[in-house]
Amino acid sequence: MSERNIARWTACATRGAVVSARRRTRLGGAVALLAAALLSGGALQAQETVSPSGLGRPLTDAEQHDRIVGPEGADLPPGSGTAAEGEMVFARRGCSACHGPTGLEGPSIALVGGDITTRSNYFPIRHWPFAPSIWDYIRRVMPYDRPGILSDDETYAVTAWLLYRNGIIQQEEVMTAETLAEVRMPGRDDYQQPGTWTPETRRGFRILTEP
Amino acid sequence: MKRTNRDRRRFLKQGAAVAGLVATPQALELAGGSAAAAAQTVVDHNALESVLYGKRSRFVTTTREVEGRSHSEQTLIRPHPHRPSARTPLAELTGTITPTPLHFTTQHHYGIPDINPDEHTLRVEGLVDRPLVFTMDELRRLPFVSRVYFLECVGNRPNPRAETVTGTHGRMGCSEWTGVPLSVLLDEVGLRDAASWIVAEAADGGKHTKSIPLGKALDDVLVAYGQNGEPVRPDHGYPLRLVVPGFEGIYNVKWLKRIKVVDQPYLSFQEHSRFLTPNPKTQRDAYDFGPNSVITQPSGGQELQAHGAHVISGLAWSGSGAVRKVEVSTDGGATYREAELAGPVLPKAHTRFYLPWRWNGEEAVLQSRCLDERDQLQPTEAEYARYWNLTRGQLYGTVQSQLGHCNWIQPWKVGRDGKVTNGLEPVDVVVDVHA
Repeated sequence: MSERNIARWTACATRGAVVSARRRTRLGGAVALLAAALLSGGALQAQETVSPSGLGRPLTDAEQHDRIVGPEGADLPPGSGTAAEGEMVFARRGCSACHGPTGLEGPSIALVGGDITTRSNYFPIRHWPFAPSIWDYIRRVMPYDRPGILSDDETYAVTAWLLYRNGIIQQEEVMTAETLAEVRMPGRDDYQQPGTWTPETRRGFRILTEP
Repeated sequence: MKRTNRDRRRFLKQGAAVAGLVATPQALELAGGSAAAAAQTVVDHNALESVLYGKRSRFVTTTREVEGRSHSEQTLIRPHPHRPSARTPLAELTGTITPTPLHFTTQHHYGIPDINPDEHTLRVEGLVDRPLVFTMDELRRLPFVSRVYFLECVGNRPNPRAETVTGTHGRMGCSEWTGVPLSVLLDEVGLRDAASWIVAEAADGGKHTKSIPLGKALDDVLVAYGQNGEPVRPDHGYPLRLVVPGFEGIYNVKWLKRIKVVDQPYLSFQEHSRFLTPNPKTQRDAYDFGPNSVITQPSGGQELQAHGAHVISGLAWSGSGAVRKVEVSTDGGATYREAELAGPVLPKAHTRFYLPWRWNGEEAVLQSRCLDERDQLQPTEAEYARYWNLTRGQLYGTVQSQLGHCNWIQPWKVGRDGKVTNGLEPVDVVVDVHA
């Protein structure tokens, strides 16, 4: 059931000057139109910063820095790191406590190698389709017990070390927003992007009339 | 003396009632008991706590069914308490709404976050004119809707030959959800032209992250704070969750804290690692569920006590819309009769059906099939396997577990002794196509 026709606010010029759809009905369309016309000059200008309801606040600096990074590197922040630095971060920040000194020993999952076909590993890093996703996951989720403690540089470094350990980049390569986005993961072509979806899209395998 | 005895009895009753409060299935299991043992627990319905928050009859002991330990649970260590999956006890339920405490929950590797709603916010950012942060109070000041939708795990049907309907189909439930249409929130921030997907992020330890096509987001997705008339419970995403009607469970992000509007699917960790397989043979568009139905009464593990009048009843649903028709067969699919829809019949919601039936004591194979409003018909197991060009053994192997969407018809066999068993034939060879 599409919700596109739900009653909502008309655009408002200033915070607090909210005219609800219900109220507009009560006042009558003409009044609302007049009000809209009077407000339209200011409304156009204010549209950039004020929502139709007037609710919500802008993001803080800290919130703007907490980002979800795109698979092709969208919104990767400035910074850099190398595999050698990453190896030190791995030990210093306690990654090795769960994953082992070289990322292999555990007790948690091995971060190096692994064969997806045997499911012996939870999900081998080298089968991830996009390198920036590794940065994204480490930055937002790791370490498990203190997520978010790694700096952007430290995250680039650990990412570089993991890519190097998995034979995807050379030891001396510096990972930055630009170079990380250019890393081609070996299993990339195994993935298809999900197809587009519309409410009318039929999904083949459940249609009896298809072969 | 008499008085003292009564006081002592009352004390014991109250003690038992308190014990009953903490009698989780696990606790009962640990104590060497069972859910049935809870029937011995006396509940004082006159006690203040029962007046404040009503309790079930002590003769009603239905609980969720806890699933076994998973592969990932065994191999990962976590600082967060792991929570196992739990299935909805479908055979014990009536109507279409799943009581929230009985609604299935998936395993949570990162535990259930303890979120203070006064501190929780929803951030909407990305390809928008105005990135904004909304408090829970502000979200409740936005227009809202209440809709009934089923919610199902993509891995429902973990074992199609399981003994009971809870084992075969228990990873699903149906609730009335109340919340703000996501389209309203996206209007609040203003979409830019390049916007084509959204990415939703949870506030749990794993930051569960899922990409959703913008067309769906603008259609009927809800940012829900209410479930079945009360705040969404913690194990369902308190204080805020996404409800993506008809889509796989993983889309319905719990503990929702961020919506990012983007121009491509992100295939982030939880998306590609377990829910997109790089095996081309199992590639699929993983969105909404096909038409499905299952008989819950009588179903596996039950026993017909007498010949004569019975009612065959079950649930039908489709991720594409409303159920148009349910047909029931008592002869293993040779012939079908149209079942009654008990109502309400709502799009992307569980729909209760029934068919009066007289059991004459002979063997019978009961099964149902669903036709949805888009004329999509629920397939048989053979039709499903043929579509994927798989042998039956392959179907039950890795492919089955990775495909999900196992919506083929479920037969229940009624024996001459009245015992009901799973009517799917045993599988001789399970072939792992990955091997």
